[in-house]
Amino acid sequence: MQDDAVVEERLSAADAEQLMHRVMWRQARLSLTVAAVFIAVLVILPLFNLLCPDAASVQIGGFSASWLLLGVLFYPITWLLSAVFVKKSDQLEMQIAKEEKR
Amino acid sequence: MSIPLIFVLVIIAATVLLGIFATKKSKTASDFFVAGRSVSVWMNASAISGEYLSAASFMGIAGLVMKSGYDALWYPVGYAAGYLFLLLFIAGPLRRFGAYTIPDFAQGRFDSLGFRKIAVVFVLFIGFFYTMPQMKAAGLTMGTILNWPYWVGIAVVGTVITFNVAIGGMKGITVVQAFQYWAKVFAICVPLFVLMAVFGGYNGHLGETAEKVKSTPRLQPDVAVNVNGKEKAPLNTISLTASEATIISFAPDKEYRIAKISPARKPEPGEDKIKASAFITAVRVGSQTNEIQDALAGGKAFDVAKGAYFICNPQTVMKDGKPVMSNGKPLKTGVKIEFEKGGPVTFRPGDIRLQQAVAPNAPSNGKWLNPYGPMASKWGYPVLYTYSLIIALVCGTAGLPHILVRFYTNPDGRSAKKTTLWVMVMLGAFYIFTPMWGTLGRSLMPQLYVTGAFDSAVIKLPTLLENKLLGQILSGVTSAGAFAAFMSTFSGLLVSMSGAFAHDIYGKILKPKATPEQRLVAFKLAAIGVGVVSMILGLLVETFDIATMVGWAFAIGAASYFPLLLLGSWWKGLTKYGAAAGMLLGGLLSFTAIVCNMLLDKKVLTWELPNMVRALMEQPAIWGVPLALTTMVVVSKATAKSIPANITLKMIRLHAPEEMGVSKNYIEG
Repeated sequence: MQDDAVVEERLSAADAEQLMHRVMWRQARLSLTVAAVFIAVLVILPLFNLLCPDAASVQIGGFSASWLLLGVLFYPITWLLSAVFVKKSDQLEMQIAKEEKR
Repeated sequence: MSIPLIFVLVIIAATVLLGIFATKKSKTASDFFVAGRSVSVWMNASAISGEYLSAASFMGIAGLVMKSGYDALWYPVGYAAGYLFLLLFIAGPLRRFGAYTIPDFAQGRFDSLGFRKIAVVFVLFIGFFYTMPQMKAAGLTMGTILNWPYWVGIAVVGTVITFNVAIGGMKGITVVQAFQYWAKVFAICVPLFVLMAVFGGYNGHLGETAEKVKSTPRLQPDVAVNVNGKEKAPLNTISLTASEATIISFAPDKEYRIAKISPARKPEPGEDKIKASAFITAVRVGSQTNEIQDALAGGKAFDVAKGAYFICNPQTVMKDGKPVMSNGKPLKTGVKIEFEKGGPVTFRPGDIRLQQAVAPNAPSNGKWLNPYGPMASKWGYPVLYTYSLIIALVCGTAGLPHILVRFYTNPDGRSAKKTTLWVMVMLGAFYIFTPMWGTLGRSLMPQLYVTGAFDSAVIKLPTLLENKLLGQILSGVTSAGAFAAFMSTFSGLLVSMSGAFAHDIYGKILKPKATPEQRLVAFKLAAIGVGVVSMILGLLVETFDIATMVGWAFAIGAASYFPLLLLGSWWKGLTKYGAAAGMLLGGLLSFTAIVCNMLLDKKVLTWELPNMVRALMEQPAIWGVPLALTTMVVVSKATAKSIPANITLKMIRLHAPEEMGVSKNYIEG
C-alpha cells in the first residue's frame, strides 16, 4: 500500500479523469454486456408465453416447455452467466491493475 | 413430547451454542459490524444465502406456487436471479468502498451527513417491514405444529436471536447463518425426496395436470374443512366450481353466518343478475327451510339454521334473457359464498357417484399450469403485471440493506464478486425445490385452497405419509428448516438495524467522538432494543400475509436503494439532492401504492379505481424504479454544483482493483 497522501495527490492530478475512465469504462462495458443477455432472457420469456402459447405448452417429459424453462433451466442459465462474468471480470481486473500500477 | 418440537428445540439449541462458540472470537467493533472483513468466499456465500432464505422463501413460495401455479414461478427465479444485477453492478464497488453500513456509503459518496439520515431511515423502514413477516412466521409455525399461542413462537425466536446478536454481532452470526443455510437445504429436499418416492415425482404430477387441463383437484371424501370467518378476510370466501353441483353441509353444533352470496365469475356489464336463491337450495333434515330460502332471497347477511345443508347449482349466465355462449356452449358460473362466521363444513359432489367434490377456490389445471393464470390476470393486465413483478424482484434483491451490508465482510472486491456467484448457485439449489412442494401440495392437499393456509403446506405435507412416525419426523425436519429460515433472516436484520442505530445514529450523528468501546456497548443495547420492538411489531401483524409483507420490503428497496447504489457507483454526476429526491419519491410512492392497494383489498378504503391502476398499485416496480432513476438524473443535473470536489478519486477507488494500490476503506479495519 502506498502512502495515502501520495495516492491522493496522484488521483487528483489532471489526468485522473482519464484514469477513472480507463478503470471504470471497461468494467462497465463487461457488466452491461452480461446484463443485456440477462435482460433479453427476462423480456423474451414472457413474450414467448404470450405469443406462442402452443410452443410454450409442448410437453417434455411431463413438463411444459415453459415450466421447464422457468422452473428448472433458468437457474443454470443464470449460473452460467455469472460464472462467465466473474471469470472475465477477474481477467480484466488483473489487466487493469498491470497497466495502471506505477 | 411431539416429534416436531424435538427438531425445533434441536435447531434452536444448535443456533445458541454455535452463536456462543463463534462469539469467543468476536471482540473489536470491526468484528461486530463487518466480522473483521475476513470472511472467506465459501463461508460468506453460505451466510448470505442463509440470511436471505427467509420464511417467505421456505414456506411462502411453495404455498404461492400451489395457489397460483406458473406465474408464481417468477418469485423463486426473481429472488435468486436478482443477485445477478447485484453481481454485475453493485457487489464489487460496494465492497471497495469499505464501510460498516449502507448509510456510510450514502454519506461517504456524497460528503453529506444529511443524506446519511435519510439513508438510515430507509434501512430501518425496510428492516422493520422485513422483520414483521419473519415474526409472523415464527408465531404461525409454533401454532401449526404445537398449537401454542401466536405470541410464544415470536417470544422464543425473538429472544434467542437477540441474545445471539447482542453477544456476538456480525462475526457471531456469520457461522450461525452459514450453518442455517445448510440446514434449510437439507430440510427442503430430503422430506421432498421421500414424499416423491411415495406419491410420485415432480414431472409425474405436472404431466397428469397437463393431460386434464379442464379438471380441478378434488377433495378427500367426507373430510370437514374449516372455513374462515371475516377475521381472516379476504380468505373468508369460497368459490364453487361451475362444472357440477356441490353440496355443503354445516356441523349441527356450530354457528355460521353468511355475509354475501354472489356469482363466482364477475358479471360483465349488461348481463342479467343471478339471484342467490337460484344458486342455492337449502335443505334441513326433518324441518322447514323457508327461513333460509327467505334469507337467501333477501340478499342480506343471515345466520345458517342449525343442521342445514346447501345444494349449490351452477347457473347459466344470461344476457337479455338469452344464454351467453362461450366456445359454442352456454357459459356457466358457480356461486361465491362470503362467510362472516366460519367453521367446519363438508363438501360433497352433487352427483353421488363422484364421491369427491371439486376443491373450492382452486384454479383449473389449465389455468394453474399455463402462464398468465389467476395471479397475473387478477386485474386483467397479465403481461404488465408479470413484467412489473420481474422488475420488483430483480431490482429489489439488489436493494435490501441487510443483505448488502454482508458484502463489506469480504476481504476485497474480487472476493465479493466470487461470493455473489456462489450465492446464486446456493440459492438456485434451494429454490429449485420450492415449486415441487407447491405441485405436490396441489395434488395431495387441495383442502388448503378452502382455508387459504398455503403457507403451511411444507409442514403439513409430510404428515400424509402412511408411516406416521416417518411423517412426524419429516414434518419435524421441515419445521426445523422453517425455524432456521426466520431465525437466520431475523439475525441479519437485527445486525443491520442495530448497526444503523449504533454506528449511524449514535456514532456518526449523535456522538461522533464516541470511542470504539462505547460504540460496542451502543451496538449491544441497540440489538436488545430493536429485538424487543420487533417482537412487539410481530404481535400486531397476525392477520397479514407473509408474502405480501416481504413484497413491500422488495418494492421499497427496488425503488430506493437499488437506484442509489447503481447510479452512485457508476455515474459520477449523481448528487446528494438527486439521490435523496429519487429515493424518497420512488420509495415512498411505491410504498403508498402498495399500502393503499391492501387497504382497498380489505375494504378499509372504498375508492373506485380502474383495474389497470389497481394492477400498477399492486406491482409498482414498473413505474417506481424508472421514476426513482429519472428523478435522480434530472435533479442531479440541476444541482451539479454540489458534486463533491474529489469525486474522481472516489470513483476510482470504487472501481480500482486492489492490486493498483490505491484502494482505501472508508472505515479502516
